Amino acid sequence: MNPLEWWLVLAVLLFCIGAYGVLARRNVIVVVMSLEIMLSAVNIALVAIASFRTGVPGGGTVFALFIMALAAAEVTVGMAIVIANYRHRRTVQTDQYDELKG
Amino acid sequence: MGLSGEAMRWVVALIPLLPLAGFIVTLLVGRRLKLQAHLIPVALITASAALCVAAFAWVLEHEGEVFLYRSFTWITAGTFDVQWGFQVDGLTGVMLLVVGLIGMLVHYYSIGYMKEDPGYYRFFAYLNLFMFAMFILVLADNYLLMFLGWEGVGLCSYLLIAFWYPKKSASQAGKKAFLVNRVGDFGFTLGMFLAFVTTGTLQFTGVFAAADAGDIAAGTLTWICLLLFVGAVGKSAQFPLHVWLPDAMEGPTPVSALIHAATMVNAGVYMVARSYPLFVHTETALLVVMIVGAFTAIYAACIAITQNDIKRVIAYSTISSLGFMFMALGAGAWVAGIFYLFAHGFFKGLLFLCSGSVIHAMSGEQDMGKMGGLRKKIPATFWTMLVGALAMVGVIPFAGFWAKDEIIGATFVRGDYVVWAVAMVTVLLTAIYMFRLMFLTFWGESRADVHVRAHIHESPLVMTAPLVILAIPAALLGLVVGLPPEGGWIHDFLEPVFFDVESEPFQWLGEGGLLMLLSLAVALLGVYIAYVLYRRRTELPGRLAARLPFAYRASFNKMYMDEVYEVGVIRSTVALATWLWAVVDVKVIDGAVNGLARLWELFGERLRPLQTGRVQNYAFSIFAGMLVLVIVLAWVWGS
Repeated sequence: MNPLEWWLVLAVLLFCIGAYGVLARRNVIVVVMSLEIMLSAVNIALVAIASFRTGVPGGGTVFALFIMALAAAEVTVGMAIVIANYRHRRTVQTDQYDELKG
Repeated sequence: MGLSGEAMRWVVALIPLLPLAGFIVTLLVGRRLKLQAHLIPVALITASAALCVAAFAWVLEHEGEVFLYRSFTWITAGTFDVQWGFQVDGLTGVMLLVVGLIGMLVHYYSIGYMKEDPGYYRFFAYLNLFMFAMFILVLADNYLLMFLGWEGVGLCSYLLIAFWYPKKSASQAGKKAFLVNRVGDFGFTLGMFLAFVTTGTLQFTGVFAAADAGDIAAGTLTWICLLLFVGAVGKSAQFPLHVWLPDAMEGPTPVSALIHAATMVNAGVYMVARSYPLFVHTETALLVVMIVGAFTAIYAACIAITQNDIKRVIAYSTISSLGFMFMALGAGAWVAGIFYLFAHGFFKGLLFLCSGSVIHAMSGEQDMGKMGGLRKKIPATFWTMLVGALAMVGVIPFAGFWAKDEIIGATFVRGDYVVWAVAMVTVLLTAIYMFRLMFLTFWGESRADVHVRAHIHESPLVMTAPLVILAIPAALLGLVVGLPPEGGWIHDFLEPVFFDVESEPFQWLGEGGLLMLLSLAVALLGVYIAYVLYRRRTELPGRLAARLPFAYRASFNKMYMDEVYEVGVIRSTVALATWLWAVVDVKVIDGAVNGLARLWELFGERLRPLQTGRVQNYAFSIFAGMLVLVIVLAWVWGS
């Protein structure tokens, strides 16, 4: 197994951990944190591929930079929503956010 | 003087347009004009009547010619082509004269009669609309345009019968007239369809040419005629569709005079006479026309003899007279039938207007049992009504005599002795009930209560003047146009219309004169019987009724025709409608619609739990979907 594959396995592991967190945890702050882990996993995959496959110089790293910037912005907005929601209903448990229930 | 073709076109167009304008204007501004609301309609009708006389003069001048004016296309669809076409010939001329003149006089009369009515302007608006429709009916040169007028007068009849609509009986009577007429109109429509399918046109000239050329199979032609006659039976109140006319007396009396005596009810007779070139080819249809007419004549007379409402007596006498007209047409005495229509329009209009004047004097009382002794108190009404009654009964030399006698003579000469006998009995009954009415109303002691008696007064001039004017033709028309019998002026005048009719010269000293004397004798006998029963031995009618309770009750209850309809038609219709509502509508139609909705509701109910409202459940679906997609794609690319 070459070093790139190790990196990719790491990325997949991190992504699955993040996905599990997003789907299974009930605390909305943890969900947002898990989301960040998923983004990081993708970043690792992109950077790894960029450094091992040199055909496209800098392509993957630029993506990674964009994702980091977006993630920062997303966390800002996301946490703001979480706080607003918390004020409104005094809870951060996602299973109680069920107003859209049919 | 003489009208050019161009001028005549204007005349023909304006005759119906003026009342239409009057209707629209009065409807729009009449409410504001209050008691002046009659000015515009009356002025326009007067102008229209003058134009009717002008059109009549044109026919006089252009003997045998037919004036045709196709103004513009109404409907075209494939081979179906209908024009707003007008036609003026002798028959139209006579009708225009009757409709225009009586219409005008009734308008004047209404100024007085309807004076205190809150619906004053509405009344005149409807009258004008009626005149418009009636003129269209009479002037049309094709069946469809005639049908437009036909329905128009039916609508106005409904509106005017139900004029006092807050009164339950009036609105019911209006509905009854409308629905019964619908039955007849259905026949008319079917007749039109059949004529169009067979000949490809609805133009009178086209249909008649096809009939003359023998292009219509005999059976089909008979059916066309019979279906058209069904329409005439409805409109002209013949048995068994006569039930609406007596109830139509709920309307104001000028309406009864105009619509239900002088003009609209003649539309059926006019239509059959107009279709003369069709009927003349089919003996069967003519026989049906004659039998229905003769039966209706005697049937209505039998009822009229026991009725107590003054207007109902005259209403039944109208039905009887219309029966006479159909009898004449069926017997081939076409001119006599139209002659009778002509005379009847005047004297029956007169009788109705007189009865209106009597009712006016009696403060709205219509029961003859509460009248009596009015001869001295309302002399103008009395004398004009006497003229009308004598004309109706057929006493020489009044108008009704000459016309009626020609009809009776025609049935005898043809050899229809049964019909002749029926006609003679009808003459006798007519004389009895008309003079029963006269004696009960004008002679004897007043049976009104004190308040009413104190109020008895002659009608104003605007009402009595039309009576006097109508009394003149009622008295003299027969002498002017009907002499010598079966060869008078009116025969020459209508000869171009009824081209095939042949008649032998009348013999004063032969069969004709004898029949004439006989019918006169019968009429005078009827008057004498009425005199004995209602002046000399006033206890006799009651004893007669007690001796013949069945006959009396049958007559008094209008031969139970309303009850027959109630049981035979109305109940079954109501039952059918109830079934359609409770079963077909509620169960089948509503059931299908509601069932479909219920189905979707159930479906939605099952899908509902999927919608948990939790974001993470949805996210899980997204992940799962992605996963499936990736696996599928990997499998596809891998292989």
